[in-house]
Amino acid sequence: MVLLSLAMIAGCSRADTGDSEVAVVTIQNKGSDTIVNLALAWAEAYQLVDPQVRVAVTGGGSGTGITALVNGTVDIANASRQIKDEELRAAQANAIEVRELVIALDAIAIVVHPDNPVERLTLQQISDIYSGKITNWREVGGEDRPIVLLSRETNSGTHVYFLEEVIRLGQADDTTLFSPDTLLLPSSEGISAEVRQNPNAIGYDGLGYVTPDMKTVDVGLSFEGPFWSPTVETVNAGQYPIARELYMYSTAAASDAITTYLEWILSPEAQRIVLDLGFIPVAATE
Amino acid sequence: MKHLTELLTAKRATSFSEFLIERLIGLTGLSAIALVAMIFFFLIREGVPAFFKVPLSSLWSTRWYPIEEYFGLLPLIAGSLLVTVGAAIIALPLGLTTAIFIAEIVPRWVREFLKPLVEVLAGIPSVVIGFMGMLVLAPLVRVSLNIPTGLTAFTGVILLAWMALPTVVSVVEDVLDSVPRTYRDAGLALGLTRWQTIWRIVLPAGRSGILTALMLGVGRAIGETMTVMMVTGNAARIPRSLPDFFMSVRTMTATIAAEMGEVAQGSAHYHVLFAVGLALFVITFLVNAAAATVVFRQLKRSERMLS
Repeated sequence: MVLLSLAMIAGCSRADTGDSEVAVVTIQNKGSDTIVNLALAWAEAYQLVDPQVRVAVTGGGSGTGITALVNGTVDIANASRQIKDEELRAAQANAIEVRELVIALDAIAIVVHPDNPVERLTLQQISDIYSGKITNWREVGGEDRPIVLLSRETNSGTHVYFLEEVIRLGQADDTTLFSPDTLLLPSSEGISAEVRQNPNAIGYDGLGYVTPDMKTVDVGLSFEGPFWSPTVETVNAGQYPIARELYMYSTAAASDAITTYLEWILSPEAQRIVLDLGFIPVAATE
Repeated sequence: MKHLTELLTAKRATSFSEFLIERLIGLTGLSAIALVAMIFFFLIREGVPAFFKVPLSSLWSTRWYPIEEYFGLLPLIAGSLLVTVGAAIIALPLGLTTAIFIAEIVPRWVREFLKPLVEVLAGIPSVVIGFMGMLVLAPLVRVSLNIPTGLTAFTGVILLAWMALPTVVSVVEDVLDSVPRTYRDAGLALGLTRWQTIWRIVLPAGRSGILTALMLGVGRAIGETMTVMMVTGNAARIPRSLPDFFMSVRTMTATIAAEMGEVAQGSAHYHVLFAVGLALFVITFLVNAAAATVVFRQLKRSERMLS
């Protein structure tokens, strides 16, 4: 009788401590909308790797994420741009030492109709096309057709990146804008649909959105070449010119759980997810 | 005595429930008005600061590129007006004649079959129409007219006309149906042809209802968002000549829909988007007011003629 009740008590107490033994650690992860799908996929996959760690992912934009990291309200900030000097100074003022990790690369492909004979363009030509200086495909070695410019809406991070790095060629004091004739389409599907059926169209989008029935243009820095097509290899080698690094920022005071999670992100398993979502991995996927 | 008390209680119960129902109806009626007033108040509160934050010369310019602080509203207003007027020009005569055909010309059983068919059109979600426009109509427009792109004001006009059509047809048909049978009989008895009866008697009799239907159709066209956002290309340029009808435009509704989701609350861009909404509200109000004036004036004329 005593034995039985002891066993019952033991059973009860084991059941009681069951939850507290497997203490769930939650990692707060916030930032870029470009990365949010990737971060979510990682968070989901990490559940199987370590069920004790939950990763809570929210978007809001790169700036929002970094500000939250500096204020100590998140553990990891996602950013599609590098941290700015003033943000670093703000972090120092809060005695936070920021750690940077490149998690993936994002290439932006220039897409045209499959029948378009134009194979290659220089960055300067793309800039001139989108700012309205070049308005006919003939001027860049194509057929005598008007160029129809396609872009994502202004709220897309890709739109802003394209404006700064391609149209303005990375020059901060340049105030060139998209030509007013540019069609602003609300979705990637809108761009794909128009590029597939319209031989006049030119568009740009993340490599992950390019399907085989569109043609990507090789991009070079000068007329002499070389020109590179947007592939995993050329982006990894740092050759394809319209590619950007995607970052995760954490702090030096990060817990073991966070450090382990960030290490796992560079593992082949996690980097395969990068490839699946159309981004370019930064580490081996095998 | 007992009988009388019962009667009195019953009467009091009826008057109480009647009181309740009257108040309830009054409340719902007032709430509709209050809602409109609140929307208007909210639009003013959020939209008016735009005129203080952004100089009027900037709002009255031709470039809309909000992320670099270009807030020219002219291309958006011009885009909305072009698309709406275009849709009205196509939808109104087509809707009117379709309604006359259904109400006056075809036999009863054909009408019972045609009218629901037209009304099914009204139930198609605008995003579906937009998607079909993007994938089917836009390529067709581009190839058949040989223009650079099919994502144009013209494509938007066709789809909007198509969407406004069921509203116009359905309401006009109801109006014509409510014109008394005796009017037509009188006309025919006076030796008028069928066409003369329709044109000279039935249509003028339902004039105010027909005008309401046309206004509803125009309202449907100017307020439509999803479809125009998907097929007009959204390039913020001012249409200056007839060929520009076959170029891209950006409407006010599409601009609000595309940009409101990402804008920082309280920023100049945020307030300008509300100012766009306010402009849309004012335009719709003016259109309705104009229609009401016309109806009112014609009513007075007919009263004069009768006296």
